[in-house]
Amino acid sequence: MGSKPRIATVSLAGCFGCHMSVLDIDERILTLAELVEFDRSPINDYKEFQDRCAVGIVEGGCCNEENVEVLEQFRKHCDVLISLGDCAINGGIPAMRNNIPLRECLEEAYLKSPGVYNPLNVIPNDKEIPLLLNRVYPCHEVVKIDLFIPGCPPPADAIWAHLVSLLSGKPVEPDYKNLKYD
Amino acid sequence: MNRVTFTIDGKEVKAIRGQTILKAADAAGVFIPRLCAYRDLTPNGSCRVCSVRVNGRIQAACVQTVAEGAIVENETPELLEYRRNIVDMLFVEGNHFCMFCEKSGFCELQALAYRFGIKAPRYPFLYPKRDLDMSHPHVFLDHNRCILCGRCVRASQDMDGKNVFQFVERGGRKRLQVNGDSLSETDLKATDEAVSVCPVGALMKKRVGYEVPVGRRRYDEKPIGDDIEMKGEK
Ligand code: SF4
Ligand code: SF4
Repeated sequence: MGSKPRIATVSLAGCFGCHMSVLDIDERILTLAELVEFDRSPINDYKEFQDRCAVGIVEGGCCNEENVEVLEQFRKHCDVLISLGDCAINGGIPAMRNNIPLRECLEEAYLKSPGVYNPLNVIPNDKEIPLLLNRVYPCHEVVKIDLFIPGCPPPADAIWAHLVSLLSGKPVEPDYKNLKYD
Repeated sequence: MNRVTFTIDGKEVKAIRGQTILKAADAAGVFIPRLCAYRDLTPNGSCRVCSVRVNGRIQAACVQTVAEGAIVENETPELLEYRRNIVDMLFVEGNHFCMFCEKSGFCELQALAYRFGIKAPRYPFLYPKRDLDMSHPHVFLDHNRCILCGRCVRASQDMDGKNVFQFVERGGRKRLQVNGDSLSETDLKATDEAVSVCPVGALMKKRVGYEVPVGRRRYDEKPIGDDIEMKGEK
């Protein structure tokens, strides 16, 4: 393994919009690729951790047990864990189900809603499908999170500023225009 | 003498006797954050975001009147911390999904959070079950975003000469109630002041959401309070 700091990223209950915003740093991604090594991430499609990581970036909250397992792995393998985007921070759109009982959500999705074709009238319940949690949890309600970058998605400049700060050891300058919740 | 002189964070401020600290500060170009206070509506001192220390005691600047020689503290680390906590609590006790809220970019709660540099609330989210009243043809009321500031209650009575809104219950169960089975059963009009004074996306006109593009909205570039502070710089 090289001596460059390693970065891991993952999308839990997110839409990949935050990852798109990471790519939105444009040509700076070349600089990033020179400065860091990507560990497990949808960018290289590694599914397991290769080595200890300096930074873990988590998009999305936890809506099922697999999300929780992955998040715990990220905590275990990463020195600094970042909640990237509103879903990681407050559950976001998936958390709109949080005040509706889980059974009602499943019935609506698989049995009752208009246009559903489900002749056996069953709610999927296969061992291969991760079990849904009673509600969607923001990441910091599951493990300790060190940094938060809000936004839906967060501005690429905010992501860049945080990465530069972590890699250089200098604090992030407050930046009004790049702190947004939408 | 109808004039009094006092200080806010060491800056000398001249005010009219009987004026509230908040009004005097506004006139002097000093921004004291607030949510429930609004222009000439009778202040009710309920949100406590405008808490300041007056001669060492915490007071709500929107209801406390000025006194000769008073020493007012506004931007101390302690008070900023209190205000941040209040804003944090307002976020977690409702359902604030800014990413699709029509008020985003114009919302005073969100703008205060931006100004305070809040990246994530430090309290657990409650995700309460709240109603959405879409019955009115031109206005909707989304209780998920209501912060119980009471602006609409007071504006409906004092400015519109109606009585469309009232609070019912107390404590954690306190909620806004309309004077009828639903909003459409009241005499509320879309042009009523009660609708336009809501600081958040709770009481909103229909079909005007997202009119202003991202980047050109009220608080996209400039923080809340900026207009008041500009006055002070002149
Ligand atoms: S009312 Fe304000 S804080 Fe709440 S969701 Fe809308 S923009 Fe966000
Ligand atoms: S609807 Fe708006 S104005 Fe009325 S109490 Fe709720 S937040 Fe305040």
